[in-house]
Amino acid sequence: MTTSAADSLLTPQQVADRRAQAPHTSMFARMLLRAAVLRRRRAASALLAMIVAAAVATAMMNLYVDVQAKLRTEFRNYGANLVVVAKENQTLPPDALTRVESVLGAKTLAVPFSYAVARTKTGQSVVVVGTDFARARQLNHWWKVSHWPDAPNEALVGMRAAAVVSPGIGPNRQPFQLTFQDKPIQLAPAGMLQTGAGEDSRIYLDQSQFRSWTGIAPSTVEVAATGSAAEVEASIRKLADVLPSADIRPVRQIMEGEANVLNKTRATLYASATLVVLTSALCVLATLMGWVFDRRRDFAIMKALGASERLINGFFAAEAAALGVVGALLGFLVGIGVAAWIGRVNFHAPVVPRFSVFPYILAGSVAVALLSAILPIELLRRVQPAIILRGE
Amino acid sequence: MFLRIVYESFRRQSRRKLLAGVAITLGVAVATAMIAVATDIGDKINRELRTYGANLVVTPQEDTLDVEVGGVNLKPPSDGAFLNEADLPKIRGTFWHHNIVGFSPMLPVTVKVGEASSKDAKDVTLVGTYFNKPLTFGKEEFTTGVRITNPWWKVEGLCVDPTRPHPSRGEDAASCGWPNDNSQDILVGERLARKLNKKPGDTLDVSGRPLAISGILSTGAAEDDQIVAPLALAQQILGKPGAVRRVFVSALTKPPDALSVRDPKTMTPEVYDRWYCSPYVESIAYQLQEVIPHSHAEQIRQVAQNEGTVLSRIKGLMLLITFAALFASALAVSAAMATAIYERRVEVGLMKALGAGHLAVSAFFFAEALLLALVGGVAGFSAGALLARQIGLSIFNSQISIEPVLFPIIIAIAVFVTFAGSAASIRRAVKFDPVFALRGEG
Repeated sequence: MTTSAADSLLTPQQVADRRAQAPHTSMFARMLLRAAVLRRRRAASALLAMIVAAAVATAMMNLYVDVQAKLRTEFRNYGANLVVVAKENQTLPPDALTRVESVLGAKTLAVPFSYAVARTKTGQSVVVVGTDFARARQLNHWWKVSHWPDAPNEALVGMRAAAVVSPGIGPNRQPFQLTFQDKPIQLAPAGMLQTGAGEDSRIYLDQSQFRSWTGIAPSTVEVAATGSAAEVEASIRKLADVLPSADIRPVRQIMEGEANVLNKTRATLYASATLVVLTSALCVLATLMGWVFDRRRDFAIMKALGASERLINGFFAAEAAALGVVGALLGFLVGIGVAAWIGRVNFHAPVVPRFSVFPYILAGSVAVALLSAILPIELLRRVQPAIILRGE
Repeated sequence: MFLRIVYESFRRQSRRKLLAGVAITLGVAVATAMIAVATDIGDKINRELRTYGANLVVTPQEDTLDVEVGGVNLKPPSDGAFLNEADLPKIRGTFWHHNIVGFSPMLPVTVKVGEASSKDAKDVTLVGTYFNKPLTFGKEEFTTGVRITNPWWKVEGLCVDPTRPHPSRGEDAASCGWPNDNSQDILVGERLARKLNKKPGDTLDVSGRPLAISGILSTGAAEDDQIVAPLALAQQILGKPGAVRRVFVSALTKPPDALSVRDPKTMTPEVYDRWYCSPYVESIAYQLQEVIPHSHAEQIRQVAQNEGTVLSRIKGLMLLITFAALFASALAVSAAMATAIYERRVEVGLMKALGAGHLAVSAFFFAEALLLALVGGVAGFSAGALLARQIGLSIFNSQISIEPVLFPIIIAIAVFVTFAGSAASIRRAVKFDPVFALRGEG
């Protein structure tokens, strides 16, 4: 029994009176509290196990939910997964780009492209493309560009096209002339474009300049639609509604590759998360069972003093539940921190804490705690208190 | 005497020992499985990333410009240089040939579709390629083609293969509609077929040749407006036997790093060897140029540049999760050992009352822990290997192999963790006053 400073000023009679007036439930609460305080080392180790398990489980669940979104953003680096093209003998409406953005939200990247075949001075055909450089740069991360055009009359020239229209190295590249339907244009190569694909044979111009030179409006809009397969599917339907004159084509190469890799990663993550959560539950089970088993003398004394089976069960269950709740709460906080750290280290973006995970963590922690309290109690119940008290 | 105490301890308290042993076994099993998965995940995901298609393209050195808009080639067909089809099997002779999953040659030809005489005949691009062509290089036999490099190509067609009246089971569903590489059958792109109103089994007049359509091809790209045919047929139409315009190569590569982007011409011999012997996309391109005469190999940056980031992200993630798993299983083992020892204070009291020193008692407990760790480690390693195998089979359809070198490492980890988990409890048990322990107060 501890006596605080306030208690020592009172006579024993006053203490007894105060205790008598206190609500009867306080005995139960006091037993719980004293049990935790007196055996704080064992209680702390049980709580620690609980916290670690809850933290690991929280981190795993957070990651499992968030990593898919994170990986999807990584996959968007592969570029457009939808292509909007005018149907045969029709053109895209002039406000196609704004319509796409209004339907899919401003965060979706949509890049217009218009194509024409021009002739060089030597009479060679070359494909010239009009686009929005700022958007194309965001969409096509893999483009290796020595310098993006930033002045009028500057063009981005594909590696192979450059060899034809403006041979030379670096700043030595000369301005060149292109003709489209007898309309000439003088262009300066701002930078080289290297992709290893068709873009290498093309020359890219700013859209407005391309328009005033050729009079051709964008015929294609490449769209990087974010979200899961179902969300992309919904985006396709929405686009088809607002652009009746266009075909919305999913880029199967990109979509299938993404779905495939994502599914495999998710399955692996799921298997690993399950293993980790199971292991930590096992850890809690081992620690808590030891703790409860250790206190068989408390159990025996309570029984010897005439406590009912229900009271004892209730006591140990309440203790386990309290441990589970506190452990889940602290573990949840730690787990969110761990998940955020993993997100920062691996994806360079924090994992957003998901509080929807908390009920599961709480329920799981309390369930494991109760289970590990009930198992030893069941064993002890069959033993006479006298035998336990004799220390056998 | 020492051995007998240990032996009797295991014999008489088999239930408690079993509990600790099970904890160690499970902990080691999870650790083994996670390490195995984490070390192999890079290779597995790398293979899955090949569904994105080829990451290298080989073109003739003095290639002319492509003039292609919306899948229609506007260039005169015989223009420009070609690669030689006979050189292609040499791709299997490069240093990293085991990393080359497949390759597909392409030969685009502009053809007239429809009745040659009628005026609604229109220009369409016909691409000659390998579908699933058996080739030999030296003694090695292999098959390659678009069915390996472009797995997103889907074909709908007739299931009756004229050369094989009874296709073997399991193969028929996937093989439906794909033309034989030695036939004169063609695939027609989805949108082109709709325009021409053709279906599988029809014949299509291609530049005056009536060709059978074996299937309708859907790719979600330019091929939907094109015809795809066996390479030999495209060469006949073009009148250039053995000609190939470009070759797409699908290779397993290592993510780029500081070494990969360096110019091989400026390297010292040692650095060059290291670069040459690493499966970077740049070094594989370099080796392809070496084996195919007059060629220029380049990475397809859209595929090659991105797979590195995706791969390193997934590998990093699995590594961190493996640490979490190792941590959790170490904790589980420690907890189990601590509980097991804490319960035996009475024994410690008795031993000490009989005159055993601290050293003898600790040695006894450590010997027990060692035995448990060894048994649990071996059992856990085998269980973990099975678990990893199961994960590999169910997720990636291929086995996750466990390096034998992992075995001693895992056992060492198991022993270390068991000792570490026991140490604190053993110290406390040894320090405990025998009188209290024997009176049952603790």
